[in-house]
Amino acid sequence: MYRYSLGDRRWQFATLAELMARATPARSGDRLAGVIAHTAEERVVAQMALADLPLKTFLNEALIPYEQDEVTRLIFDDHDPVAFEPVSHLTVGDFRNWLLSDHATPEMLASIRAGITPEMVAAVSKIMRNQDLILVAAKCQVQTAFRSTIGLPGRMSTRLQPNHPTDDMTGIAASILDGLLYGSGDAVIGINPATDSVSQSVRLLQMMDEVIRQYEIPTQSCVLTHVTNTLEAIEQKAPVDLVFQSIGGTEATNRSFGFDLATLAEARDAALSLNRGTVGNNVMYFETGQGSALSADAHHGVDQQTCEARAYAVARKFQPLLVNTVVGFIGPEYLFDGKEITRAGLEDHFCGKLLGLPMGCDICYTNHAEADQNDMDNLLTLLGVAGCNFIMGIPGSDDIMLNYQTTSFHDALYLRRVLDKRPAPEFEQWLTRMQIFRDTEGKVPAEALPDAFRESLARLPEGQGND
Amino acid sequence: MTECKPVVTENPWRRLSAWTDARIGLGRAGISLPTREMLAFQLAHAQARDAVHLPLDTDQLMADLKELTGSRKTLLRHDPVHLQSQACDRITYLQRPDLGRRLSSQSSEELDRRGHSGASPVDLALVIADGLSSYGVQQNAIAFLEALLTDIEADDQSWELAPLVVVSQGRVAIGDDVGHRLNARCVVVLIGERPGLSSPDSLGLYLTWQPGPGLTDASRNCISNIRPAGLSWGEASKRLMYLLREARRQKVSGVPLKDRSEETVIEQGIGNFLLR
Repeated sequence: MYRYSLGDRRWQFATLAELMARATPARSGDRLAGVIAHTAEERVVAQMALADLPLKTFLNEALIPYEQDEVTRLIFDDHDPVAFEPVSHLTVGDFRNWLLSDHATPEMLASIRAGITPEMVAAVSKIMRNQDLILVAAKCQVQTAFRSTIGLPGRMSTRLQPNHPTDDMTGIAASILDGLLYGSGDAVIGINPATDSVSQSVRLLQMMDEVIRQYEIPTQSCVLTHVTNTLEAIEQKAPVDLVFQSIGGTEATNRSFGFDLATLAEARDAALSLNRGTVGNNVMYFETGQGSALSADAHHGVDQQTCEARAYAVARKFQPLLVNTVVGFIGPEYLFDGKEITRAGLEDHFCGKLLGLPMGCDICYTNHAEADQNDMDNLLTLLGVAGCNFIMGIPGSDDIMLNYQTTSFHDALYLRRVLDKRPAPEFEQWLTRMQIFRDTEGKVPAEALPDAFRESLARLPEGQGND
Repeated sequence: MTECKPVVTENPWRRLSAWTDARIGLGRAGISLPTREMLAFQLAHAQARDAVHLPLDTDQLMADLKELTGSRKTLLRHDPVHLQSQACDRITYLQRPDLGRRLSSQSSEELDRRGHSGASPVDLALVIADGLSSYGVQQNAIAFLEALLTDIEADDQSWELAPLVVVSQGRVAIGDDVGHRLNARCVVVLIGERPGLSSPDSLGLYLTWQPGPGLTDASRNCISNIRPAGLSWGEASKRLMYLLREARRQKVSGVPLKDRSEETVIEQGIGNFLLR
């Protein structure tokens, strides 16, 4: 039982999970789960009670029992008490002060990563304002590499997402070309397949591999299919760069996704054995998003933001190249409007970065959410300031396969201009070498069609334009 | 006078849009979207938003269904029924999917009063729900039903039908409750699908054998993207008839019932032109 007195009023929270949930800024998913604070006042009281809680509490009390959940076991078994030492005496409230203070340098923040748990990070995020989440995240530097180096200071990368509703090769190639010519794709060229089978994945992997090799693009490809499909594709000698999987913060969520931690370990080993990276060996690409545990009926009464932070414990075990929180895809029953989506995006980016993950964000919304392009512009700008490692890039913001809106090739160039961000260094040099960009910093696209792509377009029959 | 460069840079690869609906080759003003493309996007989003939020014109739909019922007296022997889910408005509907899956108590009583549960079972109940796109229902439901009822009449087996049902603020699973109370062996829910930017008017079909409480999506078969620019009404009806006959023969729906009527996807374009 957690108690708090305010004047002559006494408040009670039955469990640590309940205290965490009541302290969470309002969102529809917690309301749907029935764990949300009943009043605005109760929320702030819960935040005050949480602020008084020693960080050590989270090492003594599991939100989801150790015996029942392998994610809890992972969190407890991998905890490093030496790394925890510098902050071990703090309460959650003091931890916020410490994170914002000049004691918390980028080096210091990196040194405590193995000593802090997802629950500690989730707890402190609940008592931080948006600007706090941005300020601290901007101090966290996480770099990863495969054929390009992602997350260097002053850089911002993009996933080129050339999805097509029937996986049509011409359609996919057209979107890839459009993206490359707008300077997109240094984080990964990643396709969500319309047909989710091993043979289709292999076909798409081969297609992207051929393009990457022919144009010598310093990037990596990924088909976002189930981890077991990718394992089979590797067995069939398909050119797999990255292993993809959607992950959640509880064992039951992951089981509903059809995998466990052992599956991920096996897949990572298989991908590492291919030895296809040139400047690094981070071979995993994970996607997450608040609400997935509730959606799978596997949340154990824990609020959706804490479940999300626990997914980052899963991610960091496997040293991913990219972790992408797909923040607005799940729908308004979990994040209702632009305000809730914005808050969740900043929380996820902060929590992931503090835990040492290469966080990117699919800044997105569906048409039944109370959100629009202006909300996306806002979150894009905020995450750019916070130092987000990568965002999505899609033609004109319109994913014609998944039927949602995410950031466009144009959006990435906007962010690079207003915040003076550059692409990954290897990719930046390629853009200049290929005459795709006129400058050397990936900010000014050339006006003429680069020579290397003129040939490709010449292969297309004339007179079939539909506009 | 100095010669001015155009303010908007067009993309020479725009003609690639002949091979995809993706918004490629949009050009740029500086590095931003040109006005024309920005407004085209805003229009598409506005249509999708209206599809979600404009209420279904149930008076018109009920009148149309009554007319349809009158013209198919051998198949449809009862007047259509209009019901309501437990989600009282759109905002509640969007945030509480659980409420959209259950009938309001008034609607449950109304359906029970009709006394179907005591009678012998019917073969099929057809339920129309607004779902996430009133456009999807308004533009496709009647025309699709015309095609389907014609196919049902022409089928070798006879099909006894429950009255046509419309549910306001309904989700797919509300068909389980409605079908159960109508004592139907099979239910098909026609529902407005979550609108995409280029498809605000899409209708989806969900078939469930032996509808009742406690079923999950694993026991449904779905036919999606029914609209003039997508799957045609006639083709959708043919596919549904296949599933209906198979469900009736195998007494099952969902994962075990595979739709083998679906044609294989034929490569439309000219392959990966990026390769030498």
